[in-house]
Amino acid sequence: METTIKATNLTKSFGDFTAVDKLNFEVEKGEIFGFLGANGAGKTTAMKMLIGISKPSAGDAVVAGYQVSNQAELVKKNIGYMSQKFALYDDLNIKENIQFFGGIYGLDSKSIEVKYNRVVENLGLQDYAKQLVRSLPLGWKQKLAFSVALLHQPKIVFLDEPTGGVDPVTRRQFWELIYEAANQGTTIFVTTHYMDEAEYCDRISIMVEGEIKALDTPKVLKKEFGVSSLNDVFLKLAR
Amino acid sequence: MKIVFIIIRKEFKQIFRNKAMIPIIFVLPLLQLVILSNAATYEVKDIQVAYIDHDNSISSRLLIEHIKGSSYFLAPIHFETSRQAEEVILKDKVDMVLEIPGDFEKNIINSQHPQIALRINAIDGATAGVQNVYIQQIVMHFNKNIQLKNKTLNTFNQSFSKTESIASFWYNRNLNYKTLMVPGILVLIITMLTIFLSSMNIVREKEIGTLEQINVTPIKKWQFIVGKLFPFWVIGLLLLSVGLLISKLIFNIPMLGSIFLIYGYTSLYLLVILGMGLFISNFTDTQQQAMFIAWFFVVIFILMSGLFTPVESMPTWAKIFTEFNPVAYFVEMMRMVMLKGSNFQDASRLIIKTFIYAVIMNSLAVWSYRKKI
Repeated sequence: METTIKATNLTKSFGDFTAVDKLNFEVEKGEIFGFLGANGAGKTTAMKMLIGISKPSAGDAVVAGYQVSNQAELVKKNIGYMSQKFALYDDLNIKENIQFFGGIYGLDSKSIEVKYNRVVENLGLQDYAKQLVRSLPLGWKQKLAFSVALLHQPKIVFLDEPTGGVDPVTRRQFWELIYEAANQGTTIFVTTHYMDEAEYCDRISIMVEGEIKALDTPKVLKKEFGVSSLNDVFLKLAR
Repeated sequence: MKIVFIIIRKEFKQIFRNKAMIPIIFVLPLLQLVILSNAATYEVKDIQVAYIDHDNSISSRLLIEHIKGSSYFLAPIHFETSRQAEEVILKDKVDMVLEIPGDFEKNIINSQHPQIALRINAIDGATAGVQNVYIQQIVMHFNKNIQLKNKTLNTFNQSFSKTESIASFWYNRNLNYKTLMVPGILVLIITMLTIFLSSMNIVREKEIGTLEQINVTPIKKWQFIVGKLFPFWVIGLLLLSVGLLISKLIFNIPMLGSIFLIYGYTSLYLLVILGMGLFISNFTDTQQQAMFIAWFFVVIFILMSGLFTPVESMPTWAKIFTEFNPVAYFVEMMRMVMLKGSNFQDASRLIIKTFIYAVIMNSLAVWSYRKKI
């Protein structure tokens, strides 16, 4: 198996406070890696280092073949990112957003057109193509944002709580999109607070106060902690 | 380059999609130009005098007639007592109170230096000064006339030969204040619009979270900045064009110098202001903060630019400050080129200063813009 993310003693501190403390883990190509933890455990900070917008205080990580500490721009070229906040332009329509984000990743207008048609078809958004993104329901927006993050065929996609506030049906559909991308070889790095979603992951890690306290497949973790659900694993660790 | 173009295209789409923004960008500033240019005046007119005439003589009435005859004064209002007159000055109904003593005419005839008392509301010192000059001129005029009349009685005074200086006013022959104000107000409008738009635009992306998304893309700093600022540079030049057109059509402001010099200089000046806007947006997290900080600088720059008060009459420290005030450069430049017909060489000092300013401001802005947090 090919390793796409490898963190070595990855650390971030703000003054005296260590938000992320010596993370060590590896993620394989095509894996769906769940990154769990309570609010404030340091998930977002860790993710920001992995996507190259926050410099590690110590340690390093190799993402898609490049070091985040000094090759951040190369890392960015090879990853996709979807933040907690919906971050497409809501005063542009679907096509304009795809043209913009496709364009800044260097796609030519022909392949943008092809991708646009595929996205609209995949998500069933034909009737809304001309509408401003603002007017779409949240769940659709999130699915669209995920598709936009995949436009340039990144090796890894980072998803920061992608399904927050989304209804169960749409969440299910969202996870179908994730599986589809993973099957095509894209590595998925996802944070979530939904334990049912964590069950969908190939492996999960649970962060507590800046450190990874558990890392394995959901099945093994449940066994290890002698509980029947991931929720109980999480509660045991986080308390 | 292609990426810059993609960003510019997106910016223009967003600006022109926002229906409320188009009138804000183009109509409001031009309304300001028309309104302010007509209102911001140094002229003192319609002065209201209250008078108390204790003499009630031919001479005292002649003096009042003189005031009445001046185009700067309204017809004076008569009061019986000075207390009544003071009451109306308190109510701001009159600008000055003129009191003619009982021995006015007697003193004129006896060549005894007749005196009148004048009380001017000097809350606005500058206006009061001008009003004083006007009334003194009227009194002088009155003196001349009365002396002519009393020539037989008073030949001695006439033998005085007075030195008169005759001024000729250059560049603004008719002392038309609009000629002075319109180019300056145009500067004010261009500056305000571009600094607000540029500083708030990038902060807005911070607020809605799209900036983080942009920072995760391989976009280069300079591509993003150029792409972001170029649309406002174009808008600034468009506004200049419409403003120049209005100043010609409505106010008939002369354009003695080269219009290309104006455009060339404005292009450079806009880089200073846009760099400043970007700099502000790098240090703020919300549009509200950006607006207040931009406002802070704009107010200082404009009030100390020589637009409303002449730089020559500022205290020394303020004069030194205007050396670092880009708005002062632009005001001076516009007035020089439009009204005096100064050419590139005449203005080279300002151009070099503005160029250095643009380089420094934009280096600071690019340096402080971080794709990392």
